[in-house]
Amino acid sequence: MATTFLSRRMLIGVLAALGLLAIVVLLSLGIGSDNAIGFAQVLAVLQGTGDEQARMTVLDLRVPRTIIGCLVGVALGSAGALLQSAARNPLAEPGLLGVSAGSATAVVISIALGASLDNLQVWIAIVGALFGCSVALGVARMSGLGDDPIRLVLAGAALSSMLAAVSSVILLTDQRTADEVRFWTIGAIAGRNLSSIQPAIPVLLLGLAVALLLARPLAALALGEKVASGLGQRPKLVRTGVMISVALLVGSATAMAGPIGFVGLVVPIAARAIVGPDIRRALIVAVLLGPSFVLLADVLSRIVARPTETPLGVISALIGAPILVLIVRSQRLPAL
Amino acid sequence: MSVSPPAALQTQNLVLGYQRTTIIDQLNAEIPHGQVTAIIGPNGCGKSTLLAGLAKLHPAKQGQILLDGRDIARLSPREMAQSLALLPQDGVAPDGMTVADLVRFGRHPHTGLLRQWSKDDQQAVVEAIATADLSSMADRPLTTLSGGQRQRAWIAMALAQATPLLLLDEPTAALDLGHQIEVFELIRQLAAEGKTVVMVVHDLASACRYADHLIAMRTGTIIAAGAPKAIVTPELIHQLYGVHCRLIPDPVSGTPIIVGVQRSIEKLEE
Repeated sequence: MATTFLSRRMLIGVLAALGLLAIVVLLSLGIGSDNAIGFAQVLAVLQGTGDEQARMTVLDLRVPRTIIGCLVGVALGSAGALLQSAARNPLAEPGLLGVSAGSATAVVISIALGASLDNLQVWIAIVGALFGCSVALGVARMSGLGDDPIRLVLAGAALSSMLAAVSSVILLTDQRTADEVRFWTIGAIAGRNLSSIQPAIPVLLLGLAVALLLARPLAALALGEKVASGLGQRPKLVRTGVMISVALLVGSATAMAGPIGFVGLVVPIAARAIVGPDIRRALIVAVLLGPSFVLLADVLSRIVARPTETPLGVISALIGAPILVLIVRSQRLPAL
Repeated sequence: MSVSPPAALQTQNLVLGYQRTTIIDQLNAEIPHGQVTAIIGPNGCGKSTLLAGLAKLHPAKQGQILLDGRDIARLSPREMAQSLALLPQDGVAPDGMTVADLVRFGRHPHTGLLRQWSKDDQQAVVEAIATADLSSMADRPLTTLSGGQRQRAWIAMALAQATPLLLLDEPTAALDLGHQIEVFELIRQLAAEGKTVVMVVHDLASACRYADHLIAMRTGTIIAAGAPKAIVTPELIHQLYGVHCRLIPDPVSGTPIIVGVQRSIEKLEE
């Protein structure tokens, strides 16, 4: 009989995710929107040599960008895994459910009211995410929606468009806000420096810690609400914890990089494909795969329209949307 | 009858329900130690609600439930799960989950952040799987098992909780006759090993044959309780289900079997 947690499948999954991450980090450091700085120069810079321009590009631009990409990937990958498990819905994703939109709209409103993207209060993004999360899950629990996974997404889409409309009105009428957040509202990790994202990091880590604590009760909840209660869990408390954790994770990711969709959809699905549906395993693999997905999308964002960069959010949507369609079109949504 | 042993579970003027509706009304029940108790009654009489209430899934609106003399309102969900295992009907196993994966969940109330998985837990899981006669299938996905085997795997999860009390909500629902017998014989074996079992059962003949003690419910109250042979009469059946019938003893077990069930009393009178 296999032991509790460290099955061979899990070991392979973790090693594969780490290997992939290592490769993608190298790509992220070595590939730019032009060919000026290649792998050789990057290596030289990392060894302490290299010319001034290479040093600046690598240390001031690519390294921070890679670190931010990793953090955003961890946050969105784990938030998606949690949401999908708690909603028992493989399509539950922070972007599709309006959690990211809630967070982004809160930020846009706060900037219109006088704040600046550089000293952005991460808490504003979190409050917005919490609002989006509670509205989407609240609507999903209303009678009549039933268990159809697609209805939850429709409710989320409605919420997202409503929030996007609010953002658009503000951006159209307020030039200063529009200039400040134009790139950010589509989702981008380019040009952000480490000091500006620093306040979001402890929040992200807190959200991740809560997520890891919730993995066990969520695994029991996957057996059914009453079964979990019979095992001594408190389903309502667990779901509240999920909302808080998702809000912390998505809020901090949005504060760092703007709303980036589909990471929370694709990453947990890949994680489950590797290690199975148990959230305790899937969450850990999602945490490791999230950075790879975001960095891969970011590397693509530098090369698809050279020499200009395409926003990361656009690339992630270009990858994620077809996958969403594939999942919805597949014969049967996998039961969670 | 000899002096009855103290009750494992006891309800005192128990009222259960949702915001405005009352489902269980002023109910006084006793679950005897070390026996199999079957709760019977028509659809919607509150059987499953009572069972969930005994496991503290619904808080009591009034009255109380005593578990070995302690009021369960004072026990945390975890403490409840350490002394009482509930197997509800809503269980779903995620795709790909194996028997052992499922049974390990039974150790949840005994493990946690501060008390990691130990040899004792592993031992409890192995024993529970053996008791349910699934040792040869421990690593098989649940989806590849028969209905009876799957139900025994769920029971094994409840057994791994290692509680003196076991509450089963319609453990044989949707099983064919052979698989029903598998499950009922396992339940008898558990009682013989000293467990107290409470089950909600629809089939009266099975309830009479496999339970030591019956609780017959109608619209949220108990209308009869006791040994099957002592309480099951055509009158009780009529009170419960509004049908007429005759009873004959099972030639093998001697427990009552219901025959000639019909809605009018004609023809039964001859």
